Amino acid sequence: MPAYVREQAFDPWREVSEFQARELPAGRFGACASFVGTMREFNEGDDVRAMTLEHYPGMTDKYLEKLIDEAKARWPVLECLVVHRVGPMGPGDPIVLTAVWSAHRAAAFEACRYLMEELKHRAPFWKKETLAAGDERWVEQNTPG
Amino acid sequence: MSITVRYFASLRERLGLDEEQLETEGLQTVADLRRRIAGLRELPERTLVAVNQEYADPDHPLKDGDEVAFFPPVTGG
Repeated sequence: MPAYVREQAFDPWREVSEFQARELPAGRFGACASFVGTMREFNEGDDVRAMTLEHYPGMTDKYLEKLIDEAKARWPVLECLVVHRVGPMGPGDPIVLTAVWSAHRAAAFEACRYLMEELKHRAPFWKKETLAAGDERWVEQNTPG
Repeated sequence: MSITVRYFASLRERLGLDEEQLETEGLQTVADLRRRIAGLRELPERTLVAVNQEYADPDHPLKDGDEVAFFPPVTGG
């Protein structure tokens, strides 16, 4: 099942094009929707210098796969791809990719949004920020969207 | 009966503990375990619980060898 947790930096656009070339026969899909979440250099009014993402190995992978199963049950999608970074990273680094392929655009858009929102609310990841002055803090909650 | 308890993120740092084995004779459910741990350590109200890597309700039954994780609200993505 195409859900990956990565400890190294990844290129989301390359992930999308390589996955598509490998898994989706040309002519079978008419739509691909993707979302990329990237680390900001600011949060809650403060400058953020770096971030570390912790996760729950084992549960994380299982959970991302479960979300993909749910999206496939709910919409007529052909394939889904989810990639999530963990460990230390800096501003500008991609954190998460969700991508969905389907025959028509509605399913791709809706399933892509679903994967992203459910991931943010349910998948066991936690962000810890390092602020400009060097002090660290755990992010307590997601932004509303 | 023995279970493995794991703590993550801010909770792990606050407790200074990532994992412990607990003897849980007499404990039937997640709610029982939570009460036991809250008697030993400070557990914030919003702490979430997973049993064997699945989210679990307070009435979820416990069995020997379970892995129970306590963690704060998630903030991925």
